[in-house]
Amino acid sequence: MPIMTGTSPAWLASPSDVSEAKQRLDAHTVETVQWHFHESTGSPFWLGKKAELKFDPLKEIKCFDDLKKFPMFEDEWLRGGPVERWIPKGLAGKPTYVFETGGTTGIPKSRVVIDDFRIDYELFSHTLPDEYFPKGANWLMLGPSGPRRLRLAVEHLCQYRGGICFCIDLDPRWVIKLIKKGWMEHLEEYKKHCIDQAITILTANHNIKCMFATPKLLESLAMGLAEKGTTLRECGITGIFSGGTEFTPQWTRFCVEELLEGLPEQSGVYMTPTYGNTLMGLACSRPITDEDDYTIAYYAPQPRAVVEIVDFDDSDKVVEYGKTGRVKLYTMTKEFFVPGFLERDEGERELPFEKYPWDGVSGVRPFHGFASTTTVGVY
Amino acid sequence: MLTIQPLRWGKPYKSLDTFDVIHFDTGESIAKIGQVNGGMVQMDMRKADQARKALRAFSCDDLIKKCEHAAKLFEHEPLPVGDGMQSVSDFIHQQSASTGLPEHMCQSNMKKNCFVLSNMSKILSCLTRGLPLDIYTKGYGDEGRGVTVSYQCQSPVLGAVLPNNSPGVHTLWLPAVPLQVGLVLKPGSQEPWTPYRMISAFIQAGIPAEAFCLYPGGHDVGSTIMSKCSKSMIFGSAQTVQQYSGNPHVQAHGPGFSKILLGDDIVDRWEDYLDMMVESVASNSGRGCINCSGIWASRHTKQIAEAIAARIGPMEALPPTDPKAELAAFTNKQMATGTWAMIQQDLAESGVTDMTASYGPRLVERERCGYLRPMVIHADSPTRGVAAKEYMFPFVSVVECPQKDMIKSIGQTLIGSAITHDAAWIDELTNAVNIDRLNIGSIATNRLNWLQPHEGNLTEFLFRNRAYQLAN
Repeated sequence: MPIMTGTSPAWLASPSDVSEAKQRLDAHTVETVQWHFHESTGSPFWLGKKAELKFDPLKEIKCFDDLKKFPMFEDEWLRGGPVERWIPKGLAGKPTYVFETGGTTGIPKSRVVIDDFRIDYELFSHTLPDEYFPKGANWLMLGPSGPRRLRLAVEHLCQYRGGICFCIDLDPRWVIKLIKKGWMEHLEEYKKHCIDQAITILTANHNIKCMFATPKLLESLAMGLAEKGTTLRECGITGIFSGGTEFTPQWTRFCVEELLEGLPEQSGVYMTPTYGNTLMGLACSRPITDEDDYTIAYYAPQPRAVVEIVDFDDSDKVVEYGKTGRVKLYTMTKEFFVPGFLERDEGERELPFEKYPWDGVSGVRPFHGFASTTTVGVY
Repeated sequence: MLTIQPLRWGKPYKSLDTFDVIHFDTGESIAKIGQVNGGMVQMDMRKADQARKALRAFSCDDLIKKCEHAAKLFEHEPLPVGDGMQSVSDFIHQQSASTGLPEHMCQSNMKKNCFVLSNMSKILSCLTRGLPLDIYTKGYGDEGRGVTVSYQCQSPVLGAVLPNNSPGVHTLWLPAVPLQVGLVLKPGSQEPWTPYRMISAFIQAGIPAEAFCLYPGGHDVGSTIMSKCSKSMIFGSAQTVQQYSGNPHVQAHGPGFSKILLGDDIVDRWEDYLDMMVESVASNSGRGCINCSGIWASRHTKQIAEAIAARIGPMEALPPTDPKAELAAFTNKQMATGTWAMIQQDLAESGVTDMTASYGPRLVERERCGYLRPMVIHADSPTRGVAAKEYMFPFVSVVECPQKDMIKSIGQTLIGSAITHDAAWIDELTNAVNIDRLNIGSIATNRLNWLQPHEGNLTEFLFRNRAYQLAN
């Protein structure tokens, strides 16, 4: 349990909840490792890796902290085929998806998925307040499409909640190319093309109350509606799930106060920032408040995924609460196993939250080591 | 430490994002500046009409008087800036500390801004050719010969994306206020001082705060101002100027490539004009678009270059507080080293000679900043690449070129000071469309007469002369 100085925040998780969550994580870790490294259930990839390890994961992984015995996961392993090597034998024969990340140039990283995206988004669904994300309401998906998991995941989320999802096409690889080429007029036109479609859907009497949008597209959509003399609220939107690119507290404040016309209790519109990727799944945020200066703190869907904030020079060492470090992800599902991967982000380690009694991360931003060479937040 | 927040139609906005303004030499933080994003600008611009409405509650003459009062406040009085009171000396220290300009130059720039504000009545009279100013308020009126004229305001606000390094340019947007046009400014990240102090002076002088927006922020803020204000000005590189060339919504200001042209009739007496040439090159540390970057003559060019080099070559990089300091620092050290590398390429061409080589090293590297000491380059022909170069320190190429070829060879020239009595050549110069401001005679390029338009007439930019007929 963290050592606290001064007054503890009201939302702080209780020591017993933190302890229980840790026990669940340890048990889940052992179970996952047994699955991925057992000859009868493991994937060809991990069974092959097992031979290179200097320890036997089946015997020596007894808790979450033991995962540090593994070498760091390299996302380069995800480039190229055959993607079948990632499918655990225990799941062989099930209908399989492949989702891609990156790939503006060169070979994209691929992850095979069977049910994980559904499970992740169903879990996420239970965190959404029904008051603002009513069951049965239709959704608009305003985010990247094509070979990305997000489009199918949001559609599943909507269907799981009893609605029908309206989508648009958005190719982020083309957006990145436009930026790299300096074709800013084309970029604006492409954005406008996407926003125009979204406005058309929103104003066509489809009973859309909820939506997914990246922060930039949400802003553009709100501006586009403002130019037409209306707002998201007036169009009937009450719940917004946002993510995909970087959120800052200032942008969130601007979004809540000016684009959404106030906090949910005043405006009737609830926006929840999320953090996630194809490798990990979806991390939820602590509710954002003005008292907390719109701090955005994310909590991974533990035990299926874990976020740690580690020392920049020692990825096995978790930093103190409130201190800055690199985001390290772990994924432990039956479909996919990542025993520690250094994300391209950094942030501050956050205290466990009552609803998510484990560590979180706030202030997520591109890792300063290569922030200047990365094109981020493009759509 | 001072914290300065964005101003949204006169109201401070406490941003959660702040940017530290850093002392160029020590690296200490001087102030925190709250940042906005482009979306906020876009939201605010929906209310831009209110800015002009607030200003139209006063006559242009009232606003001119308030400008005169603001000039006094700006130059002499402590003013509220951010969460503190800023004295005149605070302002000068802060501006020097973040821009690298010597303090006495900051003071000179301050006086220049005040001169324009104090003389607003005369300046507007010249820019409008003496039209009654209420024509600009009402949109139409009688010119005085029984002729109805109409000047229609094209934008309720003037947007401006301001530079980091040149506090003198702020004179260009000041006349918008007495013309009842609001201001939407993006201050340079290192030079927020003049816009903030000026707007504070305006407000203290009784000009409605809701006429002003100050938006510190990133590139998206600049691009949003440019796209959402119907009329805006931007300060940038030659590439920026090229980008907005021909765009009627944008007045782009970039490098000046200002020049002195010595006519064949006077060039044998070149020494008479040495002081004027040195001032044109080196005043204000050679940073401005109005500084001379080329001196062209048909003969004696080596001697001219030698003489200028002897005057400015020995200049040293002195602390900004030293009253004798004549050089501004490059606050970004890479700018100094990068510029130096480009100059090395210029010098590699045959026919090009560094006349300041004997006055010691030019590049001075400090821990956090850099200096380039003045350079005088001789070019034996206008075809040498260096003849078309301009850098942000006292740098001039003295170019040998027959008088008959000069006008077509000099390229775009913001200020051309032609020293000659040759009537035929003066006529050619007068008709040369590649020269913007033309000085005939020994007038240093940096000595601007503010009663003349600069890179376009602001009234013509903000107002459209159109037909307006009234039935009898």
